[in-house]
Amino acid sequence: MLILLQAATPVPHDIPLPLPLPQGVLVALLVTSFLAHLLFVNMMVGGSMVTLWAQVKGLRDRAYDELAHEVAKTITVNKSLAVVLGVAPLLTINALYTVYFYSANALTGTMWIAIIPLVSVAFLLTYLHKYTWQALERNKPLHIAILAIAVAVFLFIPLIFLVNINLMLFPEKWGTVRGFLSALTLPNVFPRYLHFIFASLSVTGLFLFWYLGRASYPFEERLPGLRRADIQRKAYSLTLAASVVQFLLGPLVLLTLPSKGVSWTLVLVIFTGAGIALPAMWWMWKAITGPDEAINRHSGKVLLAMSLTVLFMGSGRHVYRATALAPHQALMAEQTKAFHEASALARAQAAAGAKAAPVSDDPAAAGLAVFTQNCSACHKVDAKLVGPPVVEMARIYGSDRDGLKAWIKAPGKKRPDAPQMPGFPQLSPDQLEQLSAYIFSVSKP
Amino acid sequence: MFHLDWLNDRMLIAVIAILHVLINHGLAVGFIPFIAWMEYKGLQRSGPHEVTDARWDALAHRLLFVAFLITTTVGALTGVGIWFSASLVSPSSIGSLIRVFYFAWFTEWLVFVTEVVLILLYFLTWKRSNRSVQAKARHIRLGVALSIFSWITMALIVSILGFMMDPGNWETDKTFLTGFSNPIYLPQLAFRTPVAMLVAGTFIAFLIMLFTRRGDGLREPALKLVSKWNLLWAPLSLAGAVLYYRVLPEAMAANMSTAVGTMEFAAYYDLLRWFFLLAPLAAVLVAATGLWRPRAVRPWMMLVPMLGAFAFLGIFERVREFVRKPYVIGGYMYSNLLREEDYPLYARDGVLAHATYTAHASITESNKVDAGRDVFMLTCSRCHTTHGVNSIVDVFERMYGEGKPLDPASMAAYIPNMHNGRPYMPPFPGNAAELDALTAYIAHVQRTGEALEGAQSTGIAVNPTRSLEHLAGQAAPTQPLAIK
Repeated sequence: MLILLQAATPVPHDIPLPLPLPQGVLVALLVTSFLAHLLFVNMMVGGSMVTLWAQVKGLRDRAYDELAHEVAKTITVNKSLAVVLGVAPLLTINALYTVYFYSANALTGTMWIAIIPLVSVAFLLTYLHKYTWQALERNKPLHIAILAIAVAVFLFIPLIFLVNINLMLFPEKWGTVRGFLSALTLPNVFPRYLHFIFASLSVTGLFLFWYLGRASYPFEERLPGLRRADIQRKAYSLTLAASVVQFLLGPLVLLTLPSKGVSWTLVLVIFTGAGIALPAMWWMWKAITGPDEAINRHSGKVLLAMSLTVLFMGSGRHVYRATALAPHQALMAEQTKAFHEASALARAQAAAGAKAAPVSDDPAAAGLAVFTQNCSACHKVDAKLVGPPVVEMARIYGSDRDGLKAWIKAPGKKRPDAPQMPGFPQLSPDQLEQLSAYIFSVSKP
Repeated sequence: MFHLDWLNDRMLIAVIAILHVLINHGLAVGFIPFIAWMEYKGLQRSGPHEVTDARWDALAHRLLFVAFLITTTVGALTGVGIWFSASLVSPSSIGSLIRVFYFAWFTEWLVFVTEVVLILLYFLTWKRSNRSVQAKARHIRLGVALSIFSWITMALIVSILGFMMDPGNWETDKTFLTGFSNPIYLPQLAFRTPVAMLVAGTFIAFLIMLFTRRGDGLREPALKLVSKWNLLWAPLSLAGAVLYYRVLPEAMAANMSTAVGTMEFAAYYDLLRWFFLLAPLAAVLVAATGLWRPRAVRPWMMLVPMLGAFAFLGIFERVREFVRKPYVIGGYMYSNLLREEDYPLYARDGVLAHATYTAHASITESNKVDAGRDVFMLTCSRCHTTHGVNSIVDVFERMYGEGKPLDPASMAAYIPNMHNGRPYMPPFPGNAAELDALTAYIAHVQRTGEALEGAQSTGIAVNPTRSLEHLAGQAAPTQPLAIK
């Protein structure tokens, strides 16, 4: 029985409010704003990895330590843009996939909220690393350790996001998930994660090729021990190698994706994206093996082709999501509608029932209704509950009805053994009249 | 549902949000204008052959460095953190608000992107701008633009907060104008602006004491400048506060829920009044000393107005949150995340029958405590814990006596009517059997000390009647579920 319950697929209600924009517009916004966010995340994660590599290499070759410093300066800028650009896709996914996103968030809640302190710490560490370059000149192991911790956190955060984005696609797994670790073991999490890491390296290679290679960058002045073309070659090599790995990882990701979202459209989109990357890889190869003067010859085309690849991959990701969730979304829409019909019916029934309620002329009887609604939680007729019994009230006030009414509206604190009574200023004069009539009627035997 | 049984779910949002407000007001909105002013003063202090007074300029840059470091890390992340925590703690309400106010937030985001780009430019081009007077003048203008944008971000967010809390026009009028026409909006802005300046000023004064030495020729003039700043803003803060304090009850009586006028609210409100007076007064005293007797100032003196201003803002936000009760979205959704208009349905069928995540769709004598746990999770857990902050056991023990065993029958008599005596509480939504189960559970929790684990650790149980498998098996799934 328990196993059966765990395997059940929940069908929640959606939020009964229309989308703020036509669905297509929101989807376009989600895909593009997410890619913009991802681009800077890639450069932040990849940049921190490259910095770490260069700084370790810099232990033996000073020139690379300076290269590390130059790349480190880009991380802190990219990270600020990554965060601020993340807000728009976050907002849009909240609007579009409300229930799915929130369910995944809740199921991995501890890790999900841990993103905030973790990223804050990683950011502070990257600043610490950047601004202690001189101060820790004589203590390189410590300086590198600071960066290494930041890199470790940077590598972990995307995993949390990925687990969430992945889990939201599979309502049929929600019942079986017990926290972050168990969500981590869904079969396609790690292939997707590796896919992301190599994408980061690939994007970072292109970024550094441009950043260090642009005409306005005083390479010889900043990095006297290195040759510009050599470093540009290294950057292209990073992108090329990472792209080759992507060609191996890509099929693995596709194969481990649960088949429910796989469609011919998806396959077509992804293969087109991969196909466009091929000439870019060829041009990079030519630049790496060619003469120094020709290194920038195809760079515009490389950038364009790789951007298109990213766009296709981002769209493919959405195609999968849309296909995977469509049947469940349809069922959820039915349930939401059914729920609201039931709710409307119950409202109508309740309204009809309220009209039929008898109205009494006796003020004390009406007062009993007021009493039950407002006072009975704390006062019983003849025994102390939270406050004193009703019979005692009548005894205290004798025939001072106005005194009793004033107290009910704005009570003070008299008794050490009872909490202070809240005031009831919302009662109308009529209700107070009825209530006090009831209270005095009780005391008369 | 996500649930933090010790810290309390609301506390999670509150901690993140208050930290964010402090950083936003104190290190961005109020901080940047002062730095730009200080940078400008540097030009005036410069000798005949230099662009600016280099040591003075370096001090301003160092101050900005602190703000830059914190705002672009903890500041930015706590901003995102509000969304993250809301999605865990209050998914239905944040989801609803996003559907309605998407444009407002999207606009705010555009301003926010501009602000981040400007602060990056302002901070990173600082040293380069010291080459010429023209470049320095351009750089100062950048600082002014940044000040304006960070103020606009705050003004927009306050507007969004305003119309989120304005239940009257929520359904019909969803424009920015509603926010601006909200009776509390302009006074709130008139209050927040000088307070932001003052919080920043007190913090800057503290930093100046840290970064300078006595008699170094920098401390006294810098202290004098920030003291002037604080003397300017402290009375304005007080004036803004008085204005805000005067419109608050009236606006809320017309506008807000029933929470106003309760004892709990009055207590906070009184506290707020004291801080309104004391915080600016402390700031004025210290600033006056800084202006006329700068040598007498000690670093610890700076802490008093700084902490006073921090506490002041914190309490202010608490009061602002309190007035929403018993609703999370005025007139539409209660704090328990259930919509007011669905209450008749819950009263008829019970909450469990329509919940997605509960192990029990119906209540029997044998599953009473377990079903009560589900009822608690669905109707109480957004604000109450079992034994932690705002513990359900504590609230009842305060009423019925510390340490005495809680009586389910008394609680069952109290709960359906509690919203009359305690207007900040939403009415109990469930039916009689659920009330019975809930009170049995509360008594059980008191007896056993049992804690309540959220979905993040124990996962979820799917309501047997609301699973895909069950619904697929039904002949006509579009029929409303009739559960007796």
